[in-house]
Amino acid sequence: MSTKVTLPIYMDYASTTPVDPRVAKKISDHLTLDGNFGNPASRSHKFGWKAEESVEEARSHVANLVGCDPREIVWTSGATEADNLAIKGIANFYQSKGKHIITSKIEHKAVLDPCRQLERDGFEVTYLEPNEGGLITDEAVLDATREDTILVSIMHINNELGTINDLESIGKITREKGIFFHVDAAQSTGKVPIDLSTLPVDLMSFSAHKTYGPKGVGALFVRRKPRVRIEAQIHGGGHERGMRSGTLATHQIVGMGEAFRIAKEEMDQDVKKIQSLHKKFYDSVSKIEEIYVNGDMNNKVSNILNISFAYVEGESLIMALKDIAVSSGSACTSASLEPSYVLRALGRKDELASSSIRFSFGRFTTEEDVDYTLSLINHAVDRLRELSPLWEMYLDGIDLDTVEWQTH
Amino acid sequence: MAYSKKVIDKFEKTLNEPEKFNVGRFDPKEANVGTGMVGAPACGDVMKLQIKCESRGNTHVIKDVKFKTYGCGSAIASSSEIVDMLIGKTLEEAREIKNIEIAEALELPPIKIHCSVLAEDSIRQAIDDFEHKQ
Repeated sequence: MSTKVTLPIYMDYASTTPVDPRVAKKISDHLTLDGNFGNPASRSHKFGWKAEESVEEARSHVANLVGCDPREIVWTSGATEADNLAIKGIANFYQSKGKHIITSKIEHKAVLDPCRQLERDGFEVTYLEPNEGGLITDEAVLDATREDTILVSIMHINNELGTINDLESIGKITREKGIFFHVDAAQSTGKVPIDLSTLPVDLMSFSAHKTYGPKGVGALFVRRKPRVRIEAQIHGGGHERGMRSGTLATHQIVGMGEAFRIAKEEMDQDVKKIQSLHKKFYDSVSKIEEIYVNGDMNNKVSNILNISFAYVEGESLIMALKDIAVSSGSACTSASLEPSYVLRALGRKDELASSSIRFSFGRFTTEEDVDYTLSLINHAVDRLRELSPLWEMYLDGIDLDTVEWQTH
Repeated sequence: MAYSKKVIDKFEKTLNEPEKFNVGRFDPKEANVGTGMVGAPACGDVMKLQIKCESRGNTHVIKDVKFKTYGCGSAIASSSEIVDMLIGKTLEEAREIKNIEIAEALELPPIKIHCSVLAEDSIRQAIDDFEHKQ
């Protein structure tokens, strides 16, 4: 086995990425007395002006990556806050026009939970089912629209599956119907090109730490033409044109700016490299009997691969793969003891949902990492299947659906 | 993950040396074999426990045990843990084994207590099956 790998191997880039060293340098330049530490809102001295300059440069980098005007970018503490600001901000501002919102069952909790909150406040929310491949179709959106629909919130790339929704076709519907369209694009930056100058999207949420930037900072795109108004959720000073008050976190913002500048510059090479890792990974793992890829293989990013290993329970697989950092669709690892709601929404049986593992690669993943991971997976799946009464039954030709289980 | 060292240790040993840790199966049709299977795939745990007994006086003693478990690390460790508890015991003694003994031996966190309950159930079922055959 190669000696080049350092254990444990990080295969969880969709959950967060390490900060790129170039970004870390930029951040540390904006902290100390000899650095650019000022408050960008200070108008009366050079410290403030310099900090403001850095923040605006970062804003341009973000805008440049996604094809919008820098004035359409509002800094937030992350994609979760951006989602909250977009959804509650639209709902609060336009509630006299209607109180119906459309979203999907496979959104991130940062979208689902604000929607639940709005339901408690008297809004009605429709949660769309994805198709088998984990995609939200424009037909599903169209069917759910009503006279009083004010907002559609659909994610761009699903964080568990890597599937890519067609924003163009959904946005066409929302434009025709005069409904605002918000998109959670936390997983998109640096993975797929985004051009908001042509995309029919009104609001879009971004995160820095999924794209080699720091945690704790994100941004919301709020379209100026046609103008989108939102009600602020945080008050206190009127920063960010009144949409999000609070002293700007200069060091984090420049970190996000630098991360997005690099993403723009290096997306092609990053994507190319990750595509080849994905191919290598998939070609090998697909030779294992009874595995299922979750999410439409032809419509997903290559940095995320979600696989169910039938007859093996996900949490035990993660334990057996202790040298590999991955996420499981089995929320047994959390407090709730339930399989992933995303995989369930796809119609996966509970046992397949809870035997799933999300592998996600990134800029610093090496071919050796992938080789090592593959050999561990093969070993672990073999061993766990040897231990599995379900695998034994499968080999004996017993259809597990016909067995009367003693459920607790 | 809130696993005790004991669970991790037991899980890894069982995984790496399945034969030594009694992973496997007996022919369920044999007269001196009792089989218990509890849990459900949809719940995330299925335990299959088999005991092989021999008669001693007017009772039976568990001579050997085999098991297979589908489930989280705690479920696998719990099944493996009961093997040592069972071998050499009479069926009456085996029936007395309580889930709390398994939970304590492995220092299971509260959220994983159900694994030990399942393990206890698998013992009862295996004994019932064996007695039914006699």
